[in-house]
Amino acid sequence: MQISNCKSLIAVGFTLCITAQSVNAETLRLLTWGGYAPKTVVDMFKAETGIDVEVTKSNNEDMIAKLSATRGGGFDLAQPSQDRIASAQAEFNIYKPIDLSKIDKSLFVASMLDSTLQSSIYDGKSYGVPHIWGTSGLIVNSEKAADVKDYTDLCNDAYMGKVTYRLKRPTLIAFAFSMGLDPFAAYNDPAEYEKIMLKVQDKLISCKGNVKAYWSGGDAMKNLMRTDETVAAMAWDAGGWQLHDDNQAINFIAPTSGALGWIDAFVIPRKSKNESAAYKWINFVMQPKIAAMITDAAGNFTASKGADEFVNAPLRAKYQSSFDTASIDNIKWYPPVPAGLEMIEGKVLDRVKAAK
Amino acid sequence: MAIKGKSNTPLKLGLLLLLCPLLLWLVLLVILPQLTMLNISLQERVAPRIYEYGLSNYIEFFTEPLYWNTFLRTAVMSIIATILTLIIAFPISYYIAKMLRGRAKGLLLVLCLVPFWVSELVRTYGWMILLRESGVISSFLQYIGFTEGPIEFLYTDATIMLGLVYSSMLFMVVPLTSTLESLDDSYIEAGYDLGGNGLSVFWHIIVPHAKPAIVSGCIVVFMLTLGNYLTPILLGGKSSLWFTEQIFTQFITRFNWQQGSAFGVLLLSISSLIVWLGLKLSRQSFSKVMS
Repeated sequence: MQISNCKSLIAVGFTLCITAQSVNAETLRLLTWGGYAPKTVVDMFKAETGIDVEVTKSNNEDMIAKLSATRGGGFDLAQPSQDRIASAQAEFNIYKPIDLSKIDKSLFVASMLDSTLQSSIYDGKSYGVPHIWGTSGLIVNSEKAADVKDYTDLCNDAYMGKVTYRLKRPTLIAFAFSMGLDPFAAYNDPAEYEKIMLKVQDKLISCKGNVKAYWSGGDAMKNLMRTDETVAAMAWDAGGWQLHDDNQAINFIAPTSGALGWIDAFVIPRKSKNESAAYKWINFVMQPKIAAMITDAAGNFTASKGADEFVNAPLRAKYQSSFDTASIDNIKWYPPVPAGLEMIEGKVLDRVKAAK
Repeated sequence: MAIKGKSNTPLKLGLLLLLCPLLLWLVLLVILPQLTMLNISLQERVAPRIYEYGLSNYIEFFTEPLYWNTFLRTAVMSIIATILTLIIAFPISYYIAKMLRGRAKGLLLVLCLVPFWVSELVRTYGWMILLRESGVISSFLQYIGFTEGPIEFLYTDATIMLGLVYSSMLFMVVPLTSTLESLDDSYIEAGYDLGGNGLSVFWHIIVPHAKPAIVSGCIVVFMLTLGNYLTPILLGGKSSLWFTEQIFTQFITRFNWQQGSAFGVLLLSISSLIVWLGLKLSRQSFSKVMS
C-alpha cells in the first residue's frame, strides 16, 4: 500500500515535471544589455509567437564569462559586441555559426550586416549579425567643464577629483587615440601594441588624481554626473542624452580624436536549446517599428533598415546635436580583437588600479 | 565471529547513514570544489583552447609585485581591522555580560544583531548614502556651517576600515559576551580583595578567561574581512585594491580562470598560515578555541 502510494506520488511528480517543462518549452533565454529587450517588445513577441522571453542583463565581459563557464550553455541567444565574438570563439568555443538562411536579410542595413558577418568570422564561418550600434565619447557638464573636448582633457589639473571613467579596454583605446597613437593599427603586432598600452598606462596613472571613481555600471556614472560630484565622464552616448533630459547643461560630445563606435551583435550560444526561437526573435526585433521601440528604450540606434523614421524626434535631435557629419566620419569603429591582446590590456588595467 | 559480524552490520549501516549528510557536504561542497580549483590553477594557456600543466600562474603571483603587494595590503588591513574590532567590541561585550541584567541585556544584544537582518549590500549602500559628497553627513556639516563646500568621506582606506569593522563587529561581540558571562563574578571580587587594581584584574583574570573567545573571534573576523568583497569595492572606490577583487577580475573580466584559481588557492593557504601563526603566538590550540 505504502509502496504503491509512493509510486503514484512519484508518477504524479513526474507528470508535473513533464507538463511544467512542456509549458516552459517555448522560452527564449536572452543574455543581453539593459534596455535591449524592453517589456513592451517582449510582450508583443509573446502575443505573436507564444514564446516567453527570459531576459538576463549583462555586459561584454560578463557574457563571455557566463558562457565560458557553461561551455556555451544556459542561454539561447546572446548579444556581445561584434569585435569580441571571434576572439571569444577562438578561445572558448562557446558560439554556433549563424545560419543566414533563417534570417531575413532585407531587414538589415546591408553594409552593417556585411561588416558584422565579416568581423565575426572564425575558421571561415560567421558567428554574428548586428543589432544595436552606438559610440562612447565624453559626457560633459558644459557649465562646469566647458573646455573638455578630448579624452586627455579629463586629466587637466582643473578637474582634480571631478571626472569619472571606466577602467576597461575602451578607456585604454580612447586615451591612446587621444594621445595621437593608433592602437587599432597595432592590433596584429602585440609588441607594438604593448608599447602603446604602456604609454597609456603612464598617462592613466598620472591622471588618477582627477578620477573621482571608476564607474562600472551606467547608473553609477549617471548618479555621479547628476549630483555634480563629477563634471566630465567618458561614457556611452545614450547615457549622455538621458542626462541631458534632466539637466540641459550636460550632454554627450564626440571627442576631437574621434568617438569610439561599437556594434552589439546577436550570437547563438553553442548549446542553445531553442535556436528557432532565437532566429524568430532576431527577425522580430529587426522590423523597423519594433527596432524603433528598442531605440527609444535603449537610446541607441539599430541596424534595422528604415527604423530611423519611426524613432521619436527628440532622440534624433539629440543625436544630431552630438554628431555633425565630420564627427560621424571620425568615429573609430572597433575592429575584431585578436586573441591574446586582452592579456596585455588586463595587466595594464591592474597596474593602473594598483597605482597610488 | 560470524554472529558478531552480523550484529555489527546494522550499526555500521546506521552510522554510515548518519554520517552521510556530513560526508556528502564535505566531499561535494568543500573538498571537491577546492580540488577542482587546484587542478585549474595548475594549467597554463599555451595557445587558444590548448592548456598544459605548469606552475606559471603561481610564479606570476610572486614575480609581479602588483599581486603580492595587493595581497600584503589586504592581509595587513584585515589584521588592523581585526584588532580594531577587538578593541571596540571588548568593552561592549563586557558591558553586556557583566554590567547589565535582564531585559536591557537582551535588548542590547538584539541591537547588535539588528543590522544583520538586512544584507551586507544594503548596509554598505547605507554607509554610502551617509558618507558620499552629496550625502547626509556632508550636507549636515554644510547646514550647520561647519564647512563651506561638500566633503567627500568615501573612497579612502579609512572608510574601508570603517565598513569592515562595522560589518564584523557582531562576530566578535557574540563569542566574547558568552565567554565573559561564564566568568564567575567572585573571581573579579577576589582579585580586588587581594589588592589588585582595575588594570591588573583585567590583565590577570578577565583576559586569560576570555582568551579562547578572543582568539576565535579574531579568527572569524580576520577570515571574514580577508574574504570580504563588497565593502572594500564599494567604499574604497578607485584605490580600493582588495585581493578578492583581483580574483574576481581574473575570473570575470579577464576570463583567466587559471590565474584566478591560483589566486584563490594562494589566498586559502596563506590566510590559513596567518591564522596558524596567530594561534602559535597566542599559545592557543585550534580545537580549544573552536570548542
